[in-house]
Amino acid sequence: MEVRDRVQQADAPVIAQIALEVNGVVRALTVDTRTTLLDALREHIGLTGAKKGCDHGQCGACTVLVDGMRVVSCLTFAVMHEHDTITTIEGLGRPDALHPLQAAFVAHDGFQCGYCTPGQICSAAGMLAEHARGWPSHATADVAAEDIPLSDPEIRERMSGNLCRCAAYPNILAAIKDAGGLT
Amino acid sequence: MRPFSYERATDVPGALRAVAGRPGAKFLAGGTNLIDLMKVRVETPAHLVDVNHLPLADIEETEAGGLRIGALVRNHVLAGDRRVRRPYPVLSEALLAGASGQLRNRATTAGNLLQRTRCFYFYNPGTPCNKREPGSGCAALQGLNRIHAILGDSAACIATHPSDMAVAMSALGAAVETVSPDGQARAIPLGELHTLPGDHPEVETVLRPGELITAVTLPPPPAGGQAYRKVRDRASYAFALVSVAVAGGQVALGGVAHKPWRATRLEAAIASGASPGEAADAELAPAHGHGGNDYKLPLARRAILRTLAQAQEAARA
Repeated sequence: MEVRDRVQQADAPVIAQIALEVNGVVRALTVDTRTTLLDALREHIGLTGAKKGCDHGQCGACTVLVDGMRVVSCLTFAVMHEHDTITTIEGLGRPDALHPLQAAFVAHDGFQCGYCTPGQICSAAGMLAEHARGWPSHATADVAAEDIPLSDPEIRERMSGNLCRCAAYPNILAAIKDAGGLT
Repeated sequence: MRPFSYERATDVPGALRAVAGRPGAKFLAGGTNLIDLMKVRVETPAHLVDVNHLPLADIEETEAGGLRIGALVRNHVLAGDRRVRRPYPVLSEALLAGASGQLRNRATTAGNLLQRTRCFYFYNPGTPCNKREPGSGCAALQGLNRIHAILGDSAACIATHPSDMAVAMSALGAAVETVSPDGQARAIPLGELHTLPGDHPEVETVLRPGELITAVTLPPPPAGGQAYRKVRDRASYAFALVSVAVAGGQVALGGVAHKPWRATRLEAAIASGASPGEAADAELAPAHGHGGNDYKLPLARRAILRTLAQAQEAARA
């Protein structure tokens, strides 16, 4: 019994008080340190837009923006993000004022089941910002090039971290091109 | 996941003290590999020291004409930096061939070097693995081993190092700057950072307990063309089966060994006038497969020849 007690004590959850700024609102949370950013968003704050797909950083369904950069929220702990600015699909636009990417996904039918869509849209927003910084990709023939047009192969490569099991890729591509002013 | 306590370090001495003072403590940077391994209980740290806020995220040109890359520079930021893209295109290409945009935005320079193998059995606590549980055996030797090593492996472990970035840095002759808990700083040539598995595959680097990587330095780019070629199961977002980095006369291989494999036999052969084919054969002479990865021998030879030619084309352009 004594041994088991020690094991239980060593494995006792560690609780932390944190403040997270999500979609412009600062929220005070009490979380187990093991809580991923994704679980904090979904289970503690109630923002269920970001989806749990694989929970191992392989599918992109949980993509959100942290300080404007796209990240997978399943591979980072909530406690690591005090003082960061987090934007989820709910903060990108509103039902009565859609973000251009949200409107374009609707217009181009860029989904079937919709489960990957919040991650696709947050990823696309981050991807367009990365391209605006002049960053090359694996599809770029000359990584030192000054001007890198956002061609179809460029978009496909840059979006390869977001899987769509319905394979709505052609319409996702069309939506991103539309919202990015590329059509 | 095993519970852990957490603290955020704001300076290097504080981070070193925090890890040195706690058994089972680990540094936490981007977390893209460590957190994943914690979820499957392969990593079970009792205490995490978050180093993301240490002042180690700058890229500087050195007086020697090279580059000093802070340990916390994110992979995507490094790949996009003009001080890398023009003089060290092989490094940008390698970084951009790895992972996804989201992961590159979090993964750090030092974390990329210290990531663990993606061997299936290392990730699966239900199977033997000498790296995860020393002395338990190696399930890959007789198991699914198509992603495994063909050079420098041992009877205890045939895992590979999964990084693309480290392969380019190896070809570029990079060095790693570290600080130990006692404050002592040292520079380790990248080729000496990672170890071969031997009888102790659980040991992967020469870093001492609590030693922190603070930067990676690159010498000036070598004369000649550069190229990175990665062969994988799909066109994007997959680990290398075989990869080749060429920087002038310096060549390194990925996906073939427990560490980024600097192809010194190949380099020596080319320097003494051998043909690319003869040089590749010299490098691969000790290579051997384990059944599922036998295909890597001809694949590595062809990838070497193609990448050498690609680097020559780049030099002419």
